Amino acid sequence: MVSKENLLTTNQMASFVARGFLRFDEFVPDEINQAVMAEIDAGIPSAAAGVPLSQCYPEPSAIGHMLRMPKVEGIIQSLVGPDPLFDHQAVHVRQPNEDSAQGMHGDSIIDTRTQNFDVQLMYFPHDVPLEMGGTLVVPGSQYRRINEMDIARYQNLLGQVQMVCKAGTLLALHHGIWHCGRQNKTNLKRYMFKVRLNPRVSQIKLWNTDDLTNAVKANKPIFTRDTNKVEDVQTILGRPEPWFEDAAGRLEVVNRIKMWRYLTDDPTFDVHYWLTRLENTPANRELVA
Amino acid sequence: MGKQRQQVLVLYLANSALDSYVKGWSIYDGTGKHPHTTGDSGEAPYTSGLDALKDGWRVIQFPQLIPPYPNMEYTTSFQMYEFIFERLVDV
Repeated sequence: MVSKENLLTTNQMASFVARGFLRFDEFVPDEINQAVMAEIDAGIPSAAAGVPLSQCYPEPSAIGHMLRMPKVEGIIQSLVGPDPLFDHQAVHVRQPNEDSAQGMHGDSIIDTRTQNFDVQLMYFPHDVPLEMGGTLVVPGSQYRRINEMDIARYQNLLGQVQMVCKAGTLLALHHGIWHCGRQNKTNLKRYMFKVRLNPRVSQIKLWNTDDLTNAVKANKPIFTRDTNKVEDVQTILGRPEPWFEDAAGRLEVVNRIKMWRYLTDDPTFDVHYWLTRLENTPANRELVA
Repeated sequence: MGKQRQQVLVLYLANSALDSYVKGWSIYDGTGKHPHTTGDSGEAPYTSGLDALKDGWRVIQFPQLIPPYPNMEYTTSFQMYEFIFERLVDV
């Protein structure tokens, strides 16, 4: 059982819904980081796809220690629920002095799910300076329907996040997010451990919802300067990414609204009134009588 | 006459207007002198597509405006406003 203080907050969940990832810098203690580096050299045994995570990485396992940290269990449970299924793992290696980066892509194949999602944890067990080719992530790309490397021609997008981090940093990613391994210009190998997890439960209100009050869903004035002054759910879900096109950027907010409606089991939630006005098809005839 | 090679610039713009803001970019250099790859820059080469014209790039493709397919009106996918430019350089 994960205690409430280790679960994500409502604003963190909103950020995940909007941007498709959460970042936790220097989250894993150094003794585990060093043990994982040794384990990578020896080879990390993998469970079969579809095995409950609780049955993976039995002792002794440094990766198991990382995944069983209460704070990491809290992230996992908040996003995909208790004891999700292990999908696969991968040790990603960027070789020294590479000629080029990996092409931009989304993992697996095109995924048309609009509600349930998998989570991928990316774990950086050693320091990653800019020139070492840390993973590049495109915030807010997770709802775009593309098939794997179809987007490889996109070299750079405004607002892309180039992972520069200290050892022990974790990323929790929506399965659909666009990303790539960047070019490693150093003389050292760059490592990143990734594990993909599938939910076994409905993903409704799995985080710490103590702060999910009615105020979160109250409509705000729209097209005013004051609307986004408070960093709340509506502000987070309504904030465009720098690379969004003008018009499609509005549709991305709609994608977020739909996901938030699912996660909170609230079919009337809205941001910026985008969906409410479209759903207004009144049949009332008494008002005009 | 010396040999020439093609350089290609792809700009992803904010909307269908050539003078709208740059949101993404890719560069391919046929001379082989300036290799580009994914995630190699956080700063756009131009502010708008028009700025690229002013710097000597020639547009060779405008994106078509295609109405959304029925039931796909709210689906987002590829960058919609992909403008392709070229310039020929002596080698």
